[in-house]
Order: sequence, then C-alpha cells, then structure tokens
Amino acid sequence: MKITGAQALLKCLEEQKVDTIFGFPGGAVIDLYDEILRSDKLTHVLVRHEQAAVHAADAYARVTGDVGVALVTSGPGATNTVTGIASAYMDSIPIVVFTGQVPTGLIGNDAFQEVDIVGITRPCTKHNYLVKNINDLVPTIREAFYIARSGRPGPVLVDLPKDVMATRFIFPEPQQVKMRTYRPTYEPHPGQIEKACRAILKARKPVIYAGGGVILSNAHEDLTQLARTADIPVTMTLMGLGGFPGTDPLSMGMLGMHGTYYANMAVANCDLLIAVGARFDDRVTGRVDAFAPHAKIIHIDIDPTSISKNVKVHIPIVADCKHALTAMNTWFTRSEEFNAGAEKENHAAWLREINDWRVAHPLGYVDTPDVIKPQFVVQKLHELTHGDAIITTEVGQNQMWAAQFYHFNHPRAFMTSGGLGVMGYGFPAAIGAQMAAPGRTVIDIAGDGSIQMNIQEMATAMQYKLPVKIAILNNGFLGMVRQWQELFYDKQYSATPLDVAPDFVALARAYGAVGLRATKPSEVEPVIKEALATKNLVVMDFVIAREEGVYPMVPAGKATTEMLLV
Amino acid sequence: MKHTISVLLQNKPGVLSRVTGLFSGRGFNIESLSVAPTLEADVSCLTLVTVGDNNIVEQITKQLHKLIDVIKVTDISEFEFVEREMALIRVKAEPSTRAEILRICDIFRGKVVDVSAKSYALEVTGTCDKVQAMIDILRPIGIQEIVRTGTIAMTRASKKY
Repeated sequence: MKITGAQALLKCLEEQKVDTIFGFPGGAVIDLYDEILRSDKLTHVLVRHEQAAVHAADAYARVTGDVGVALVTSGPGATNTVTGIASAYMDSIPIVVFTGQVPTGLIGNDAFQEVDIVGITRPCTKHNYLVKNINDLVPTIREAFYIARSGRPGPVLVDLPKDVMATRFIFPEPQQVKMRTYRPTYEPHPGQIEKACRAILKARKPVIYAGGGVILSNAHEDLTQLARTADIPVTMTLMGLGGFPGTDPLSMGMLGMHGTYYANMAVANCDLLIAVGARFDDRVTGRVDAFAPHAKIIHIDIDPTSISKNVKVHIPIVADCKHALTAMNTWFTRSEEFNAGAEKENHAAWLREINDWRVAHPLGYVDTPDVIKPQFVVQKLHELTHGDAIITTEVGQNQMWAAQFYHFNHPRAFMTSGGLGVMGYGFPAAIGAQMAAPGRTVIDIAGDGSIQMNIQEMATAMQYKLPVKIAILNNGFLGMVRQWQELFYDKQYSATPLDVAPDFVALARAYGAVGLRATKPSEVEPVIKEALATKNLVVMDFVIAREEGVYPMVPAGKATTEMLLV
Repeated sequence: MKHTISVLLQNKPGVLSRVTGLFSGRGFNIESLSVAPTLEADVSCLTLVTVGDNNIVEQITKQLHKLIDVIKVTDISEFEFVEREMALIRVKAEPSTRAEILRICDIFRGKVVDVSAKSYALEVTGTCDKVQAMIDILRPIGIQEIVRTGTIAMTRASKKY
C-alpha cells in the first residue's frame, strides 16, 4: 500500500522508538502536523519558540540517553533552531531536527519562508540532509538517527520539502544502516590500554579528568570502579558532572575557570593526567602551556580530532569511554603487577597533599544574615531535594554556582549548555527533562537575565502540566559580565544592570503558575519547600546579593594556578 | 610547510562546501584545490594544497576524515609523489618577441594553443614551481591573462602496482 512522505516520517519515528517530539507548526510542515493529529503513538509538545524545541529535545536526549527530536517549519522556523543545534553540537548531544522546506520546484527561488537551512547549519551539525526525492526519505531518516546516536553523538538536521511530504510511495522494508564512509571506533587498541594501565601503576600523583563523554557513553560506573580500585582522585568538567559521585571522597569537583582550588592545584601538580571523554577546552585549561605541565597525559576519546588538538597527548586511546574503561578495569583485575593495597599506599601522600589544598581553600562563600547568597540557595536546593533532582541551568553565574554547590552523584541529572553557553537554555531544557522523567523533580537554576530569553515557555509548561521549578537567582544584573567588568574593566558596568525587569511572581501568576519570592535568608527554605510540594509550574524569585561573584576564578588566559579566591 | 592532501569523497550535493567550510571555519588555509570524478562515478577525488605545521596538518586530516561524506584522506606529501598543475598564459606577442616566446615555450615543453595578431596563448603543465618559473620568465614580455588549475597529485607506484 502506498503512503505519503508525511506518513512515512511518522512510521520512521516509530521505528526509531521516538514517542515524544518538540515542535512548532507552519505552512511547510502542515502535512506532517495533519498526520501527527491522527497518531496515537506520538506525543507532540507545542513550544512557543522553535529554539526551545531544540533545547527541550537536547535535554530529553540527555535524560533518556536516546535521540531527542524536534520538528519545525521552513524559513524562520528553521533559523530559530540554529542556536539550539549549535549548542547540541558543542555538547555532543544526539538530536534529530526536522525542518520543513518549500516545495522542491521553488528551492532556490527566494520563495516565501525559504532559507538554505542545510547551508546555514553545515558547520554546526554532525551531518545534515536535504531530501529531494521521496525514495531517499526513509534511508535518510534511518541514517540521520544512526549518525546522531553513534560515535561522538551530535545533532543531525533533515530538511523536508513540502511536496516530498505529500508524495505517495511504497514504504521500504526496515534495513540496517550501513555506511561506507562512517565507521566510528568503539574498541580501544589493546596495546594502548596496556600502556595506559602501566602508566597508572608507575604514577605517584595521578588525576582523572572526566568530561561529558563519560556520561554520553554511560561509563560512570566503570569510571567509578577505576578511580576506586586504583585510588585516583577525580575532577570533572562542567559536562562531566555526575560522571563520578560528587560526594565521594575522591571527587575534587569541577576544574577550570571556576573549578575548585584543589582540583586546579592537583592538575597543575600531577604526574599523570587521565583525560576521559573531555576535550581540553580553554575554560578548563587556562593558559595551555601551564596546564598539567609535569604530567604524562592519557586521553581516551571517541573523536580522533579531540586528541592532541589543544594539548599534546602521550598515550592516545581512540575509543568509546565505556569500552576503554572496561578494558582498563579488566587489565587491572587480571594483572599480577597490580595490587590495590600497594596502589593506595603509593597515592597516600598525594591524596594528603590534595586534602591540604582542600582544607586551605575549600569551596565556599561569605554568609550574611540579611542578604541571600546565591550559593546558599543552591546548597538548600541540594539539601531539600536530597541531591536527587534533575538540575538544568541557564548560562553565567547561575550556571557556575549550580555546578559548584549542587554535588551531583548521578549522571544525566545536570543539563547545561556547556560549550556554546546559551542563555535561555535552562528552562526549555527543564521542559524536555520533565517530559522525559515525569516523576522527578526538575529545577532550572536561572538568572534574572537569562530566564527572560525563553520565558515564553511558561505557556508550554502550563499546557502540558509540567511541574518544573524555576529558581531565579535575581541580582538585577547580567551577573557574569558584571563580574568581569568589576574585575577587569574598572567597575564600568556597561549594559549589565537590568534596571527594568518584570515582577517574576506576578508574571508566573499571569501564566497560571505559582510565583514565590524570598528576600531574606530565612525565607529561602520555606519557599523551596513550598515549591517542591506544589504540583505546578513554580517560579521562585530569590532576591540575592547584587554583586556576589563566582570564585575561585581563573582570569581568561592565565594559568589555572593563578586563581582569584573568595 | 606545504602539504598536498588527497581526499576521496562521495559525490553528493554540498560535499565540496563541507570541505571548504571546514577550512574557513577553523582558520585553515587552502593554497589550491581541484576536484573531479574518479573511476567510480559516485566518488570524487579532491586534491588540496595547504600550508601549516605538523599539528595543523594533523588536525586538517583528522577533521576532513570526520566529515561523514569523506571516504579517505591521504597526506600525499608523506610519500614519494608526482604532482602536476596546468596553466594557460596569454602573452603579448609582437614581431620582435614572437620568436623569444616560442623558445621559452619550448624550453618549458609548453604548447601554443591559441594565436592572434597580437598574442599567443600558451599551455604548460608541470609542478607548481615549474609553472611559476615560466610565468616569471614571460612576465617582462607582457602577460595579459593567466588561468591556473590547482595542483593534482598521485603517490608513486608502490609494490601494489
């Protein structure tokens, strides 16, 4: 029986076990929306801006570990997705974005709502397609999902001309995707694994530096096993938080620009750095030549381009993190040279040294009785959710305070736009996360600046009865830029004071949500408790110390040991 | 250092722009580029010449390989190889210089491909250096127009052939 392209797309989604998509309709995808209305297998979440659809799909992918899907129309619908796609690309999140396109006959004609979205997104997608022929539709979609989720995951865009969606054809049989040119390496080279393990045996001051790859490849247990067996302290990147239990004695928290003093000192003084699924980003390394200067470096990454890109690596291992860590754990189990007791002894002095750093400069802040400190809010959120909430963040100070003070013990619980740094990511991400995990507490830790970048999504959360909690750390500033202006631009607060802002409590009410406000430290806990007990969208407006900064801080371009402390 | 990189890619719309976009987006440099089909109709061979230190060229080859439509990337400069470039050069030809131009053309094993009352169009092939040398020698006589191809290259026969 012949079916239309639109019907085939829905069949493909079913084939890929997609049950939730985020989207916004328009003329070019009206055939698809007609089919969606008839489908009882697919939940469509109508966002209020296409960018939000992509962020929501991104967070949905992060929570579920599967591919997130967004659907938008041509032209402006497509261009509005670009920020979301670029963010997913930088963070290696598997999503597939379907964009409508004008009919094939009009392509190139400057038609109404026509844009060359394949051209626009070429540098910020893992791959993208324009489907001009109905017979290519199904193989393309299968390939798109395969590419998005395999290897180093990433966003794939499929552009769908309107006439192709309406064409009737015979749906092809399910087929395994086989690609001539794309074969990611999953298995590590055994020789390299042995080299790495021997380097660990020899090391006196090892450090594990874990990134988002650990979470993407579900390697958190293997990483934890390796760290605990060989007694190696662990530091995580922003994307790696949750890849190793944050409350474990071996955890040093985050490293880099706003990392802990002890993590940065440990990296600067280690003799072996084991990088797992991390990419030596400039926010992590600071001045590159001063990054782990005495260390031999092992780098496990599925993407060969990440290896030796910024920092010269001594033992490269191109593989999936999980496969590589499993192989290392197996090597240690089998090796007669390895003795856990001896290893503990070998590293005892090193762990003491790190602990001295920790005691000298713990992660902290100066508490005040009258003014709410943002760190206090995050600590309270951690305490009152028992560390079990899914946390999303916007970008800036709110993001860093969340990363520093919510100690993530589990993977897939922290969603943030790490690479691209998108203000406006957190709230749509919270919507996507809540769709993926209806039973869990989802909190968007936001700033008063960035929450306004996608605040229209309150309507989406209300429509789908998503009890997301938004915690606005409201300082009346674009805080992170203000902090830089304070430190490096003679306190010239150019364009950072947000003198005019909505009354967030009243705004929440206008959408039918619950608005709560805390202006004193004593009000923080009752507000959070009430929010957590409310089965509705809640906006918590925490009026915080206006000029609180994020510390420690490594000024841009400085060595990570040159930290500004509290 | 100069590197000649040969890239086999799937002959699909937009592939060339994926390659050139990669170079512009990452600040790599392209000295010349040439692309044409191979024996397989759906596979093209792209030869590009780039300049950079070893780290940069390593990144270039890795990044090229990461493109989904790229089949194979070879840094030909790591091997013994032959390279050729072609140029068409139109030179002002006056009675006093005609013989000289033909002699130069001969020395470089070039060919005259077009003649008019006032000019010769010459064709020359060879390494980039040879083509440049011929241009440099013809320049004082009066070059009116030059069109050059990018370099194409092939590794020398190994035992395989």
